[in-house]
Amino acid sequence: MFDLTGRNALITGASGGIGGAIATALHGAGASVALSGTREAPLQELAGTLGDRAHVLPCDLSDAAAVESLPKRAAEAMGGVDILVNNAGITRDNLFMRMNDEDWAQVLEVNLTSTMRLCKGVIRGMMKARWGRIVNISSIVGATGNPGQANYAAAKAGMVGMSKSLAYEVASRGITVNCVAPGFIATAMTDKLTDEQKSGILAQIPAGRMGAADEIAAAALYLASPEAAYVTGATLHVNGGMAML
Amino acid sequence: MSDDVESRVRKIVVEHLGVEEDKVTENASFIDDLGADSLDTVELVMAFEEEFGIEIPDDAAENIQTFGDAVKYIKDAT
Repeated sequence: MFDLTGRNALITGASGGIGGAIATALHGAGASVALSGTREAPLQELAGTLGDRAHVLPCDLSDAAAVESLPKRAAEAMGGVDILVNNAGITRDNLFMRMNDEDWAQVLEVNLTSTMRLCKGVIRGMMKARWGRIVNISSIVGATGNPGQANYAAAKAGMVGMSKSLAYEVASRGITVNCVAPGFIATAMTDKLTDEQKSGILAQIPAGRMGAADEIAAAALYLASPEAAYVTGATLHVNGGMAML
Repeated sequence: MSDDVESRVRKIVVEHLGVEEDKVTENASFIDDLGADSLDTVELVMAFEEEFGIEIPDDAAENIQTFGDAVKYIKDAT
């Protein structure tokens, strides 16, 4: 249904479950994809699976200079960046009273500040092209909060505020900026949970199951598509009803 | 050569803001006189950078308020 033929997409965190699914979905709709992440091996593996139109661009998002050069590298590899998906994220969970400045700063740096830097890096090209799609992967906890995740929730809520402000500024130039807020998604990270932890989580989800990475990818694909031109500044919650916002 | 800068800058302004050429006078303010919004001024600076192959840093860009400011900055930079 959604055709991204001829569009170039940069996806961060593409070595992870959700990022890989997003890259696969955009690629499947015809886009060229630049796969970014810290670990090169899974990126190469994904690029190998995707075949043509896939580029591997390793980048450490805690390194400001590397972040600044990433949009340029992506534009060189693909000819431009029409779609940016800020999906990469880290956690440094701890009770608020035990959370130190470093845990706070690292999570804000990688999850929020790098998103700002990458948006800045791609927005010029999008302004000139009079077309662009920015999809920022936030989180349900940015809206609801979560014990042990004050830093992560602050970064993810910050992403929403930043996206709305940028959406205002560039809407007249054919550029949309939106967020997707996943709930509990089955990935390598959630596989590590015990059955007891899982059943506790499932009890809070009206749908009665965890989400699949593909279900986040479908939301990102929609927001990246030409069909979503009139959707901007929005947060699409994909959480099985866990929080109805 | 200097006339050339003026005419090239004027052409960009006329095209981007859709104003009459004779309105683009030395003291014409992009925002107050030529109907630009703040995003238009950012785009004008981008267009100047491209046309003249220069880089205009953000703090300098903020001081380019009028057609005359733009011409002067570009003449000094090229």
